[in-house]
Formats: sequence, structure tokens, C-alpha cells
Amino acid sequence: MAINDVLSPFRGWKHLFNDPVSIKDPINREAADRYRGFHQNEIQDCIGCGTCEDICQNGAIDMLPVEGVETVEGDSGLRPRIDYGRCCWCALCVDVCTTGSLTMSNLYKWADSDGDAFLFTPGVDAKEWDGEVRGYRRPEGYSLTPHERVEMREVEPEVRIENFEEIAAGYSIEEAIIEADRCVECGLCVATCPTHMAVPDYIAAIRDGDYDEGLRILYDTNPFSQVCGRVCTHKCEDVCATGHTGDPIAIRWLKRHITDQVPNERYAEIVGKPGPATGKSVAIIGAGPAGLTAAFDLAKAGHKVVVFESRKHPGGMLRYGIPEYRLPYDVLDHEIGVIAGLGVDIRCDTRIGTDISMDDLKADYDAVLLTIGLHLGRSTRIPGTEAKGVFKAVDLLREITNGDPVRVPKQAVVIGGGNVAMDIARSLARLQKQKYGKVDMTVTALETLDHFLADADEIRECGEEGINILDARGPQEVMVSRGRVTGLRTWAVTSIFDDIGRFAPHYNEDDECVHPADMVIEAIGQMADVSLLGEDLTEELEWNRGRMLIDKAGRTSLPWLWAGGDAVAGPDVVHAVADGHRMAESITEAFATVEGE
Amino acid sequence: MALFEPDRSQYPDKNPDGTCDIDLTSGKYLKVWQGPNHPGITGNMSVELTVCGDEVVEGITHVGYLHRGFEKLMERRSFIQCFPIVCRICVPEPDFNEYLYAATVEELAGIKVPERAEWIRTLILEMGRINSYLMYLGGQAGAFGLGIVGQWTTYVRDLMLDRFEELTGARIYHMFILPGGVRDGLPEGFKERLEETLQEVERTLKDVHEVMFQNAVFKKRTIGVGYIDPALFEPFGVTGPNARAGGVAKDVRKDQPYLVYDQLEFEPVTDTASDMFARSDVRRRDLLLSVDLVRQILRKMPDEGPIMTKLPNVLHWKIPRGETYLRGECSRGEYGYYLVTDGSGKPRRVNVRGPSYTHAMALLERLIVNVNISDVAGLMVSLHTYPPEIER
Repeated sequence: MAINDVLSPFRGWKHLFNDPVSIKDPINREAADRYRGFHQNEIQDCIGCGTCEDICQNGAIDMLPVEGVETVEGDSGLRPRIDYGRCCWCALCVDVCTTGSLTMSNLYKWADSDGDAFLFTPGVDAKEWDGEVRGYRRPEGYSLTPHERVEMREVEPEVRIENFEEIAAGYSIEEAIIEADRCVECGLCVATCPTHMAVPDYIAAIRDGDYDEGLRILYDTNPFSQVCGRVCTHKCEDVCATGHTGDPIAIRWLKRHITDQVPNERYAEIVGKPGPATGKSVAIIGAGPAGLTAAFDLAKAGHKVVVFESRKHPGGMLRYGIPEYRLPYDVLDHEIGVIAGLGVDIRCDTRIGTDISMDDLKADYDAVLLTIGLHLGRSTRIPGTEAKGVFKAVDLLREITNGDPVRVPKQAVVIGGGNVAMDIARSLARLQKQKYGKVDMTVTALETLDHFLADADEIRECGEEGINILDARGPQEVMVSRGRVTGLRTWAVTSIFDDIGRFAPHYNEDDECVHPADMVIEAIGQMADVSLLGEDLTEELEWNRGRMLIDKAGRTSLPWLWAGGDAVAGPDVVHAVADGHRMAESITEAFATVEGE
Repeated sequence: MALFEPDRSQYPDKNPDGTCDIDLTSGKYLKVWQGPNHPGITGNMSVELTVCGDEVVEGITHVGYLHRGFEKLMERRSFIQCFPIVCRICVPEPDFNEYLYAATVEELAGIKVPERAEWIRTLILEMGRINSYLMYLGGQAGAFGLGIVGQWTTYVRDLMLDRFEELTGARIYHMFILPGGVRDGLPEGFKERLEETLQEVERTLKDVHEVMFQNAVFKKRTIGVGYIDPALFEPFGVTGPNARAGGVAKDVRKDQPYLVYDQLEFEPVTDTASDMFARSDVRRRDLLLSVDLVRQILRKMPDEGPIMTKLPNVLHWKIPRGETYLRGECSRGEYGYYLVTDGSGKPRRVNVRGPSYTHAMALLERLIVNVNISDVAGLMVSLHTYPPEIER
């Protein structure tokens, strides 16, 4: 023991007159910028997806309705309520928040005289830290949920323009699993889908590799899953929670993936058998998606179903409107075959009103369902549209499907910015390429490109295929010389709607263009051909602005007649499917009511 | 009488079944419960002492006061949901749990962590080691009445916590190292501020050295006391500073380098005396080594680059069937995580091997016999054990 060991400890006395080492002002000290303090929620950005609730390992978050927040498409109307008796401030909720609305302030302390204040809804229950810009945010480059979509492999534009073969290759199993993995299972898509497909469930089936189960889930709500897996307008993807800070889940492609994976011969077994016969019969006019969906449900309910189709093949607009490169006919045939497999009698080449009258149907069947689609093209009625080289898109598309000889223009202009305009432009472009070796196709529309009604993919693919898109151009005249179309004259559009939202386009007449063309195609909309009803029935029915008046379930003013699909509602396949379900349910209910009486 | 050789004549023989025939009614013995709320140990644990005069004849360790069932809880949670739980297994040095849990998950999931994340992880582990040792020094000195050391070390530990707060967003439970990487990079100006804090740590350690390690009282109370026979290291699973103070240069950082330890220059700190003083001094020097390692890391680590691997969606992250045991050198010795996965979204089994398990239970029972009761607290602290990691 050295003397130093006795003296050394006294050196500590040198600190005797130092200030205390503790933090001088613990009350007002500020936390670091990243400090995980109390929760904040930008209530307008939050969509109530509930991912925060799912990730919370303490069960500290509950999704609850709050006053002033409505349930709308893409927003559940619920908001996270946090229980600070359970929260451990791990911030996983912030990390997985799909919109980035949930953050944390950097406040250290909070005292409240209300003993229940620890249970609160950030952003709704005002707190002193609201609006604090410092605190924990999801750091850049850090993510617990993948944000990037697995891109669909497509046939190269220079190859696909040569033919009508399907463009999208479909996901491989590996690709589908990676894409399916991105789903946060919020279910906002289910609420938005017109036919309420159980999207998270069938995506989970992909992750589990259980394709039979996936197909069964698909057919629960959509007998046109193969079709919708290719051409659905996918409103679900527009509201997908992951789309707020990344790419939305490719729900449509995942649906297609399931249908691709199940061998065709397995469908019948998975889809099931028709129900026990009820003795009731239903006639359906029009073998499009609405009519055939209703047929599927009605057959499953045990009713006898006969579908009358005026054209050579069933499918309606799916066959005669959508080009084969988007929806191959063999896929459609198989899809319809599954429905026919339930005992649905599809009679093609049978035109109601000509071959069979509505009165006959009324007499022979317990209910009649009208799903006749929109097969008459509308005209712009600008000067020159009566000329020989002016066509309606739907007519041309039908001729292409039928394999009729179509006059292939050397130069063509399409009027319209919807999917039909893209379909005809791209179809004719293929024919041009085959016949002349080059594409010379222009699409013009009133809207600016970002307001086109066509899907973004369609517009992109159009561009890739060498089709010229001129947006915000208003057609003024089809130029005709010696009876032949020579071009289309357009003005620049300055506005499309007036102050109260009515269609009233305004033009800049100084900005005039003439697009040379030997064919002009109008693709500005369609209408239903209701001539089959006959005068008496037309008179008897109630109408609303040229469309049959129906109730929510699709029943017209006549108790035996239902109507649905594009002809009364629209605008796409999946809405038609939803219509089909509604009408079938209504018909079955009506049968039960009659029997009950 | 040799102080540290058990004098078996003082206490009764053990029966073949291991029990003792201590006749408490004889008036010769006294039962004393040390703990469970005793400042001599960081956390709640008690030792049931039987004393004869002021000498301990038997000590039975009792744990369970802190049991929160972490391992079982984890079997009911998804892999990402386990990440906020594990840090709570060890309060003073939580980062080892975060790192080892993340590392086992990454190994079984086949994930490679970005290089920058590995450097940041190493930085955090070394900063955590500094904190742990600072807490230890305060406790060890406090056990012998040197309260001022605890005040100093707690102060500098608080400065370290400030740095942790800046870097990780939290002071105690950092929840920063997670499967796939780390949450963020270093904030602006962090390196400079950390260097300032390190200098403060060094200044404080100099003071601590003067009042604690060059202190006749502390030396008298610790030199030769609490001796661990190196022959016990193997059978009792003694690791870390407890073993290094006995001349065994065991250090997982060196023996089986993980993270970026193979890129750092250091030698394990050792001593030979294997008593309380040697253990304290090894820890003090190990703390200085950590300060040096932190400086090396700050100098060598890349400033740019990803901090996180692209993970699958953590909401339904399934990990293939497998099992692994990974270890690291924490301030108390070898810390290990054994993880079994069954292909589902949750761990099938997690076992946390904290060094306190062997040190605080089996080893303490052995060492405590024949120790003066006034030295028991110091002996408990000198093993540097944290009860929460005994009771996962």
C-alpha cells in the first residue's frame, strides 16, 4: 500500500467548486431532432389503412371512426387511436405508414390533468405538440415495405406492332410472389372494387402458393377473372394504400397470374356445380360480361338460364370491342366455357326482336334480363362526318374481330381519348404495319393528355407503337375532296367545360391544324341499340335521359324485366360483372318472394 | 486462515442430495436476504445468505423477480415485431440484443447487411459498452461507499445517452438496429460531438482512477477478494472481463470477429490476479479500449452508402426453416442468440444466452461462501451481472 493510495483519492476535491454536473434545466431542454416523442397524424393525408395497427406489437393502436372523416373510396374513414399505456415508442407504425402521415414529435414530456388523455387519436385530439416539425420521420433509404412494383414483361413494341398477339406476358411464379408480398392487406381495394373482389385474400393465396384457393376466391365474386386480370380498369389500384408513397400493387396482374397458374381443366372442379333445380327460368339478352355473370349466379342458384346473343360468338364488347392483343379470344372462350359448363344455354346468332320477340320471352320465362351493351357508335356530327371514309370505332373493331375485310387506311386520324380510341388506333396501326410496312396514325382528343379517359398504360403503349397523340385538339371538320376524306381540321382547345361544369368546349381558332388522312375514325362514345324492345314495350317502360330507369338491383319499371351492364350503367367490364351479380340476386329474391306469397 | 480458501470446518457438510444440514435453531446461524431490491446488483435479484458470525456459509441465488417472458412473447410475434422487444432484455446495454437478434434473423433469411450499416452497428455496440462500464464503475465504487464515482460516471453516461438520442432517437431503448440494417445514418456534426463526449469520458476516467483505483480503501477491500480460480472458467462458463481478469484472453471480438471488428486494431485487455480489483481494472481499461475503438470506427467508417437492405414486406415476412447461434462480446462477456425458425412468420424458439446467467447464479453461489458479509455487495457487483438477461 503506497502513500499515494492514501493521498490520491483526495484529488477528487478539485471538483469541489465546480458547478453541479447534472443538466441545469431538465424541464426546458430540447430533445434531438430524431427523438421518438409523441405521435402526430396528418389527418387529411391518412387513409385509415390500418397498417400501423397491424404492425404494433403491443396492440396499442386501434382504428376507430372519427367525426368529420367520411368513409370514401380509398379512405376507410378510420383513424388510429393510440394507447400510451401500451405504446413502447418503437415507431414501427411510423415506418410502415403507407402515406407517411404518421410521425412523431420530439417532445420529451407531457402531463395532463385528464386521467384518460393517454388514449387519444393523433391529429384529431388536439395536443400541444401538434405541428411540431422536429421528431422522428421515416428516414430516407429506410423501408420495411417494398415500394417498387414488379414490372410486367411485355412484347417489344417493334415486335408486337406486327401482329395481334397478346402483349403482356404474365408474371412468373417468382415475380408474382414478390409482387404479392408487397400487399399490406388494408382492404381499401375490396371496398372500391365494384364487385368487391377479396383482393388481399387472393393475393395471400399467391404468397402461399395455393392457386386453387386463389381461383376459388376469384370466382366467389368474379366469373370474368381471366378477363379482368387483363383488361380491368383496376380502380382497386387507384386506391391501393401502397400507391401513396410507392407503386400500387399490380392487383390486376396478380389476378391474371392465378388464372394462368390453374390448368383450364381444373376450373370446373374449383368453380363448382349448378345448384339444385328450382324450376324457374331466366332469359338473358346479350352474352356480355353483365349477362353472363348473372347467368353464372343464376345457374349456381339452380335456375334454368338461356342467354340469347345476336352475334356469332358470345362475349359482347369483350370480344367485339377489345382487341385480341389485350384479350386473346381463346382466354375469353375458356372463361365463357366455364359459365356454359354450369348448364347455361348460350344461343348465338339469335336476335331478339327479329328471331324471337320480347313477348315470347316474357311468356316463356319467369324473368328476362336485358344486357345489350353499347354497340352503336356516337358521331361528333362535325361537317364531313357523313363522308365515306369516316367510320365509327366500334364498327371497325367488330369487323376486325369478325375477320371481315377492313379497309386499311394509309393515314388515319382517330377522334377520342378513351380506351376505345386507343383500341382502334392500335388495331389499325397493326393492320397498317402489316399492309404498308409503317404506321401513320394520329389520335386527337379534346382533353389534355393527363385528363385522357384511357388508361395510362394504353397511352404509353400507343406512343411506343409509333402512334401520334395530339391532345387538346377539337375536331372542326372532316376535309373531303371529291367524295374522299383528305384529313381532319382541328382547333386547339382552351377549355372543355363551362363554369357550372357543363360540356361546352372553347377553342383558340388561331391555332388550327389540318391532319392529313384518308380515314377518320370517331371514338367518342357509344349508345345502346334498344330497337329490340319494340314500340309497345318502349312506351311501357320508364326512361331516364334515354336510359332505362332501373332500381338499385337493376329491375326496370316492369316486374319481369331487369336491365344492366353498359346499356344502363357502364362504364367497364368489372362494373358489368357487379351489375350481373346484383341482378341475379334481385331475380332470385324476386322468385323467393313470389313463392312465399 | 487463507481468506479465500473455503474453510469447510465452518459450515456443515453437504448431504449426498446436495442439501445442507444447517441447524438454524442452533443459534449459530443467521439467514439474511440480500435483495431483491439491492443496489449492489443492477436489477432485481436476491441472494439468500446463511451467515455464521459475519461470514457467509451458504448463499442461494434467487431470480425471477424480473421475468417478463421475452422468449415466449417472441414466439407469438412476427419477426419485425420482436425487434422492439429484445432491447428490453438488458437495460444498461440493450444494443447487443438488437444486434444479435437482427444478425440471427438475417443469417436465417439469407440477408446481407450494407457495409455502412455494419460500421454503424459496431459504433453503437462500442458506445453501449462504454455506457455499461460507466454504470458498472459507479456501482462497484458505490458498493464500497465511494458514492462520488457513481455521480461522475452517471453524468458522463448521460452525455453518452445524449449522443445515443441524437443517433438513434432514444436514450435507453434505442430500437435502432433491426433486421436488414440500421434505421438511419449519423446526424450532421455527430462525429465531432461524440469526440467531445469521449474526451469527457476520458477526463472522468482519469478522476475515477485517482479516487477509486489509487485508493487504499478500495484496494484493501478488493485486492485478493472474490478470487475466481481460472479452473472454474470452463465448467462455469465464465467469459468476458471476469475471465480476462484471470489471464484468459477470451474476447469474441478477437476470437471470432463479427461486424467490422476484423478491420479494427486492438488487443483484449487482460490481468492475472482474478480478484475484484483485477476485474474492475480490466473493465476500466476495456472502457478506454472502447473509446479507442469508437475513434477508429469514426475514422474508418464510410460516410455514404445504404444503411438498410431491401427487405421483403415485414408484415408477412416468413423465414425458411433453420437454426443458428450467433454470439458477440458484450461488456459482461459472451452474449448469444439462438434462433430456430420453422418457415412461418414467427420465431419457433428464441434463446437468449446472457453472460449474467452463469455469472450471477452458479458462479456467485460458489464464490460467496466464506466471504465476509460486508463484501457480498461488492462481490456481486464485481461479477457485473444484469438480472434482466438471466430471466428472458
